[in-house]
Amino acid sequence: MGVIIAASQVPPRQPSLTTILTPKWRSMLSRIRRRDSGTSTRLLLLTLVGLGFWSAIFGIAFRVLRYFRGVADIGNLVAAKLLGIILLAFLAILLLSNLITALSTFFLAKDLDLMVGAPVDWLRLYLAKLGETIVHSSWMVILVAIPIFTAYGIVFEGGLFFPFVAMAAVVPFLVVPAVLGSALTLLLVNVFPARRTRDLLSLIAIGAAGGVVLLLRLIRPEQIARPEGFRNLLDFITLLRAPTNPFFPSEWASEMVMNWLLRVADPLPILLLWTTAGAFVVFGAIMHREYYLPGFSKAQEGADRFVRGKAWQGLADRLLGALPASKREFVLKDLRLFFRDTTQWSQLILLAVLLVVYLFNIQALQLFSGEQVPFFLVTLVVFLNQGLAGFVLAAIAARFIFPSISLEGRQMWLLRSSPLDLRALMWSKYWIGTIPLLVLALILTVTTNALLQASSFMMLLSIATITLFTLAVSAMALGFGALYPQFETENAAQIPTSFGGLVFMMTTISLLGLVIVVEAIPVTGYLRARQFGMTEGITPELVLAMGVVVLVCALATVIPLRVGLKRMGAMEF
Amino acid sequence: MIRLHNLTKQYGDFTAVDHIDLEVPKGELFGFLGPNGAGKTTTLRMIAGILRPTAGTVTIGSHDIHREPLVAKAMLGFIPDRPFVYDKLTGGEFLRFVAALYGQDGDAVERRIDELLDLFELAPWKDELTESYSHGMRQKLIISSALVHRPQVIVVDEPMVGLDPRSARLLKDLFRQYVDGGGTILVSTHTLEVAEAMCDRIAIIQHGHIIASGTLDELRRQTAEDQLSLEELFLRLTGGATVRELHQILGD
Repeated sequence: MGVIIAASQVPPRQPSLTTILTPKWRSMLSRIRRRDSGTSTRLLLLTLVGLGFWSAIFGIAFRVLRYFRGVADIGNLVAAKLLGIILLAFLAILLLSNLITALSTFFLAKDLDLMVGAPVDWLRLYLAKLGETIVHSSWMVILVAIPIFTAYGIVFEGGLFFPFVAMAAVVPFLVVPAVLGSALTLLLVNVFPARRTRDLLSLIAIGAAGGVVLLLRLIRPEQIARPEGFRNLLDFITLLRAPTNPFFPSEWASEMVMNWLLRVADPLPILLLWTTAGAFVVFGAIMHREYYLPGFSKAQEGADRFVRGKAWQGLADRLLGALPASKREFVLKDLRLFFRDTTQWSQLILLAVLLVVYLFNIQALQLFSGEQVPFFLVTLVVFLNQGLAGFVLAAIAARFIFPSISLEGRQMWLLRSSPLDLRALMWSKYWIGTIPLLVLALILTVTTNALLQASSFMMLLSIATITLFTLAVSAMALGFGALYPQFETENAAQIPTSFGGLVFMMTTISLLGLVIVVEAIPVTGYLRARQFGMTEGITPELVLAMGVVVLVCALATVIPLRVGLKRMGAMEF
Repeated sequence: MIRLHNLTKQYGDFTAVDHIDLEVPKGELFGFLGPNGAGKTTTLRMIAGILRPTAGTVTIGSHDIHREPLVAKAMLGFIPDRPFVYDKLTGGEFLRFVAALYGQDGDAVERRIDELLDLFELAPWKDELTESYSHGMRQKLIISSALVHRPQVIVVDEPMVGLDPRSARLLKDLFRQYVDGGGTILVSTHTLEVAEAMCDRIAIIQHGHIIASGTLDELRRQTAEDQLSLEELFLRLTGGATVRELHQILGD
């Protein structure tokens, strides 16, 4: 007995980086290998969607680059500039993504107690966690980058070695923002408690992302494409030749790739990229050695203790006073959880920015400046705007309503062991999601139609359609959320990107398409009547089409709610 | 008060609970013991209506939990082994929410919440988010939530995990008082001293089967050993596998 439990006298050998990361990659492999019902269908659907997405990006990039290449003198310069801008955007995204990911991987991950408690030296821990941070924060950027680089390689005939050159440019390009993001997180955690830092970072990231989108839109980039914007060609070429950001790794990576593609022998960008990445890792490691343990210790404290925002609670209590106790408290509980979780409510900032951009885009349409645009075109834009508004609402439902069942997750024991009728649960969740979505839908539709100076017929048609569609889309989000729950995910933002989220979006878009196609019939009739100077009225076509739309939307509301309810009843925890 | 008939639960080819029959009368504190993976938690979760049985029935009072779930569950208070609560609710809000799930609200509930929080020494934390609670505090909050609607039956999975000795003692006294007042408790535990001291009757489950059931004296008679403690009885009935495995691991 003594032999096995006796204390070892041999000093421990340091584990390899692969060993430290074993739980991570093994879990990932087992997730990939896991076989359950519908795995093949999911795989097929994801492959198709992935290929469609890649083909679309590749197709656009290929056409644009082939056009640039055909433009004498400035074509190559524009292509290089475009790559620099794309990589600069990637760099900004990577920096924000690394800031948030590093907080989880370095300070909040569940395996850290084991890692920090084990005799693993600081450098190995740093490199392992940095690697994990890079993978988690960069995979999406890499997925988008692959078809873009492929298009560059094909259009500029990069040859067989081009993929290796691209990889040699991308690897250090990913390392720099990862080190920088981790280091900034390290400093923040040493100043604020980790959970406060998470809130802070969520706000910074979402605020920054929203700000960038808003700024990019408000400066009206489409004006750059207008020839009258430049005094002469020389100005334009000078602008293209000048490096946009000479001290940014995006510029060096772009130069490295373009040098290879344009057969320019210049080792400087490669040197700059790799030496900077190396220096950053050393700098990051030194900071980790100095500040990690105090920061980690601080990260163990600091959960929120007191409740903010009690003022609105009295109002909510009064507004919901007429409801039965279980429904009222359920609605209040969901509202409290949403508004007390910074990672949740901060998404509203991004939503607000997207709406402003949407309205700005509609307002910026040149329909009523200068010459008279035909009535036909205005009506067409108003009609198609329904589709766009519907898509925006579907995306919002995917983000806010679809995860609501999954978010009950670990607390489901309580709901299932209590006498709460599941219909009351679905009812509460449905209306909590639907009411704000409907208000938003109506504001969006009425405002955009007013901006487009839509006729009263189109205004009424749009309002009726968007109301019916919103009721259906909320039910579908809830139903699909119950069919494809993600009980293990703690981050609500990840739930819409799951397989179920994808199926929901595809189904919603199909519904939207069907509604638009059915309504196209009376709208065509209306346009024809206007063309011949007749007054529009309630035609049999209109009645029939609206009947079909009402029926389809009613079915799309009732069936998902029933299916979701049945699925909830059969769920086991 | 609790009746399990032919209760079975299968996960694919694996049978976690295999045709169990059990009856716990009103006013009894019944202990449910067994080694890890024996099927205790699965059984308790079926009784609470969280898991659906593959076969068999669970009756609370005279109501089948799967045919009349709302009536049966209204009589029940469930305390799970892992204290998962909503992190962004305060202790007071959580209890109010649970009471509402059982259709209760108003001043009576507020008084009840204050009583329970006082009893479990959580009153100073009533208005703080539960994410700042320790494991033991969360466990006490969940126990309070199972009592807030004054259930007739309590089903408890590992009640002592995370509790300090003072709270553990309080809980034991509370359970005894509750049972003496006519309530019924089915408790699963690994703490054999607790089961020995508290339970009126005990069932031992292994590989999904109930291998012994009765009072401590009846169990002793089943093993033909008059002086054995519950721990020794447990090891003998379950084949002492755990102890043998431990000895093998430790190289004895």
